[in-house]
Amino acid sequence: MIRALRQRRVAATLLFLAFALLPIIAAAAGDPYLVIVATRILAFAIAALALDLILGYGGMVSFGHAAYLGIGAYSVAILSGAGVTDLGAHLAAAVVAGALFALLTGAISLRTRGIYFIMITLAFAQMAYFFFVSLSAYGGDDGVTLAARSTVLGRDWLRDDRVLYYTALALLVGLYLLCVAITGSRFGRVLTGTRENPVRMEAVGFTPFRYQLTAFVISGAMTAVAGVMLANQASYVSPAFMNWHRSGELVVMVVLGGIGNLLGAIAGATLALLLEEWLAVLTDHWPLIFGTLLILVVMFSRDGLTGLFRGRRG
Amino acid sequence: MSLLSVRGLRKSYGALKVTDDLDLEVAEGELHAIIGPNGAGKSTLIAQLSGQARSDGGSVRFAGAEMMGKPMPARVRAGMSRSFQITSILPAFTVLDNVAVAVQARDGSSFRFLRSVAREARLNEQAMQALAQVGLQDRADLRAGSLSHGEKRALELAIALATRPRLLLLDEPLAGTSGAEAERLVEVMAALKGRVTLVLIEHDMDAVFALADRISVLVYGRIVATGTPDQVRADPKVRAAYLGDG
Ligand SMILES: Nc1ncnc2c1ncn2[C@@H]1O[C@H](COP(=O)(O)OP(=O)(O)OP(=O)(O)O)[C@@H](O)[C@H]1O
Ligand SMILES: [Mg+2]
Repeated sequence: MIRALRQRRVAATLLFLAFALLPIIAAAAGDPYLVIVATRILAFAIAALALDLILGYGGMVSFGHAAYLGIGAYSVAILSGAGVTDLGAHLAAAVVAGALFALLTGAISLRTRGIYFIMITLAFAQMAYFFFVSLSAYGGDDGVTLAARSTVLGRDWLRDDRVLYYTALALLVGLYLLCVAITGSRFGRVLTGTRENPVRMEAVGFTPFRYQLTAFVISGAMTAVAGVMLANQASYVSPAFMNWHRSGELVVMVVLGGIGNLLGAIAGATLALLLEEWLAVLTDHWPLIFGTLLILVVMFSRDGLTGLFRGRRG
Repeated sequence: MSLLSVRGLRKSYGALKVTDDLDLEVAEGELHAIIGPNGAGKSTLIAQLSGQARSDGGSVRFAGAEMMGKPMPARVRAGMSRSFQITSILPAFTVLDNVAVAVQARDGSSFRFLRSVAREARLNEQAMQALAQVGLQDRADLRAGSLSHGEKRALELAIALATRPRLLLLDEPLAGTSGAEAERLVEVMAALKGRVTLVLIEHDMDAVFALADRISVLVYGRIVATGTPDQVRADPKVRAAYLGDG
């Protein structure tokens, strides 16, 4: 247990160091496009991290997490449209809106288990999707192009791709450390216990629902943060952000990287998006290759990529 | 004064009356064994008393307060704890954490998000005490799922003890154990006797007659006899309904 945690700390340090050096390498290689791709990776890594908190630790398979990406993204579009361009305001609005949506839908979804939970989270995400499709003021189906990226202290620093990138990286690292703390806390222990055996947790005096719902809300708020970064990266927001495919991709990222250890989700998001980039260049049939890869990883290591590196569970 | 007072408790699964207008009094400090043939409704009774299963009617008073309608966590916090006939632990947790989480449940709020729980010495110390009570202190750092069956039974008991119950409902704690493991658990229960009020369901008659202050015999959801071990042994109804067929 303690050894595994130490290994994770080393791996996290290396991974974040690699991310920190990436713009320098991209500049040296004369490939500025890489930074833009990597910003997208960071945004998805935040979302996958948030999903792992409930999926890996809470045993809640949300199939509607793309809704929160959309909620975060539309927070940027709607506030910017109203003249509020500050990143802090965008993040705050996204966190509040994401938390509220999670509280509302989680309180209902968590009355069910297993496949029904999956279906209800999917249904709520679809409702959010169609709600934004019907928002004609924000382009409906087509979405809306942002006039500019969010501002910081009234300045347009984020226009520089590298500044946006490092902002996303700082958010990812901060949220990762927050998740590490949460999962190692009293709350995290109860949450993990409800995944393992909810009846046992009730029999020692806990009401699982409260802990699961709280985790669900934290996860929703975090995923909305990812949406804010994604909107800034794309300078564009549309209902496609909350497409159910996207929710599925988030689950795939977490499973690919290895559920329930946080770092795996980040690695999974990175690998999935890199493969998408590279394989799409090679062939139109890249999902076939990707699917095969996913099957192999899951077959040979229940802990995903992290399991392959760590070897078998002790 | 009864610590636990059950009146007219009922539960049916379809047409099957599993608990049939059952009355039961358990005095503070006693070890009250409940015996009965397979399918008599013993586990169902524990589930109803602990709040895990809904009752169709009746009253369950614990320490003077009505427990009917309260969910299991509320009853645990009120001081009623239970163990499971089929081992119910957190397999991926360490043995220590299985017990520490039970300590945590009665030690302040668990809506604490940032501080490392593994470093909360108070929780771990109390958990170690409970483990020592059942002889598992050497196993503290192992994954609970990797324990032997007998060790898991001991862990089950340690978890229940860690909630510091006033009333402990034990559903066949010896199930599947034998020899030294069973003896050890009987010793643990003997040591608890008098300090905690115990309701013990058990098929091992040697253990029951050695430990119990009083015994109730449950047949088809009804208590057909209650008394001291000697009275129950001598009761002709009991011999016919239960002891005779074993
Ligand atoms: N969830 C359920 N649905 C339907 N019938 C049930 C259910 N649970 C228990 N029963 C039935 O209720 C009766 C009592 O079961 P219970 O488990 O309480 O018996 P028991 O006295 O604990 O038996 P054992 O000594 O085998 O543990 C049995 O006939 C059982 O088949
Ligand atoms: Mg039983």
